[in-house]
Amino acid sequence: MDHTKITEVKPLPADKEKIKKLWRIAAILGIVTAIEFFLAFSMPRGVLLYSVFICLTLVKAFYIVSEFMHLKYEVKTLIWSIMIPTIFVIWLIVALLAEGGSVFNINF
Amino acid sequence: MAVSAPVTEETKRNIWEGGVSPFKASYGKLMMWFFLLSDAFTFSGLLITYGFLRYSYPAYEGPLNAFKSSQGYWPIPEKIFDAVPFLHGVHLPLLFVGIMTFILILSSVTMVLAVESGHRMDKRDVTKWMLWTILGGLTFLACQAWEWNHFIHGTEEGLVLTNGTVFYGANLQVNEYGPPLFASLFFFITGFHGTHVFSGVLINVIIFYNVVVGTYERRGHYEMIEKVGLYWHFVDLVWVFVFTFFYLI
Repeated sequence: MDHTKITEVKPLPADKEKIKKLWRIAAILGIVTAIEFFLAFSMPRGVLLYSVFICLTLVKAFYIVSEFMHLKYEVKTLIWSIMIPTIFVIWLIVALLAEGGSVFNINF
Repeated sequence: MAVSAPVTEETKRNIWEGGVSPFKASYGKLMMWFFLLSDAFTFSGLLITYGFLRYSYPAYEGPLNAFKSSQGYWPIPEKIFDAVPFLHGVHLPLLFVGIMTFILILSSVTMVLAVESGHRMDKRDVTKWMLWTILGGLTFLACQAWEWNHFIHGTEEGLVLTNGTVFYGANLQVNEYGPPLFASLFFFITGFHGTHVFSGVLINVIIFYNVVVGTYERRGHYEMIEKVGLYWHFVDLVWVFVFTFFYLI
């Protein structure tokens, strides 16, 4: 085998626009985390604050999954194959929180 | 009629009947996605269990600055996780976990940059960004080791138990922060995530080695970076949820 031929792989030039976009998403994730951190100490604890936290978490999750994991650019069938099964998680949240409430009522 | 029939059959052929790749993704990438989906269920199970158990305990009712740990109610996380290395005794709530979150996000970015360099067949850049990713992962693990150490050894005050003795720190039976289950969940959830980070670093090291020796250059593509990248981003994704549901709420 001729090894000199194999090692000569010419890398393509970097796409500045694409790299800039990646750093922009990183900045969004960082800023959202900073906002969460700020809100934790400036808003009273309660349902409103928790809802804000959950929304901001979903924003971060969206950016990570769609951009970093590249799911947004996959074909529709793949996106749905991954997204639809997560409804079971929603079911589990509803079921277990209701259960937790009943356990609380029995114990306290 | 007899001639045109096979043609219409051909055009009507469903994409699921074989011969094409309906997901337009390689086998390895597809399986990584489905593995991550199953892993997401495992983590959801753990985090929702946290919600379930927290909800079945009384919440702390008094004013926030008068908060004191007790076995009687679930603790407020920002009052528990307030220590930062080298700043002993200073109350800095959630700062250290915030830093850990930033570290993990940054290592996720360096991972996408490695994937991007892989698309361009740029071995030097892939090497560089993989190395940064591994460093980020190791830093996160080191932070978590410190966090666990602090949690296990506890604060100077400790907790006076009902039998009069003072208990410091936490184990699986008793902890100074709140109900026993609080510490168990801390160990399980952050521990399971930490195990994922650890195995992620391990896989990254293997892939890094393969990049350096030129395995992927000879193969003609760097798709392996994309596959471990998916796993690595997933670890970051889980931490985003752990940060919210364990530390913030």
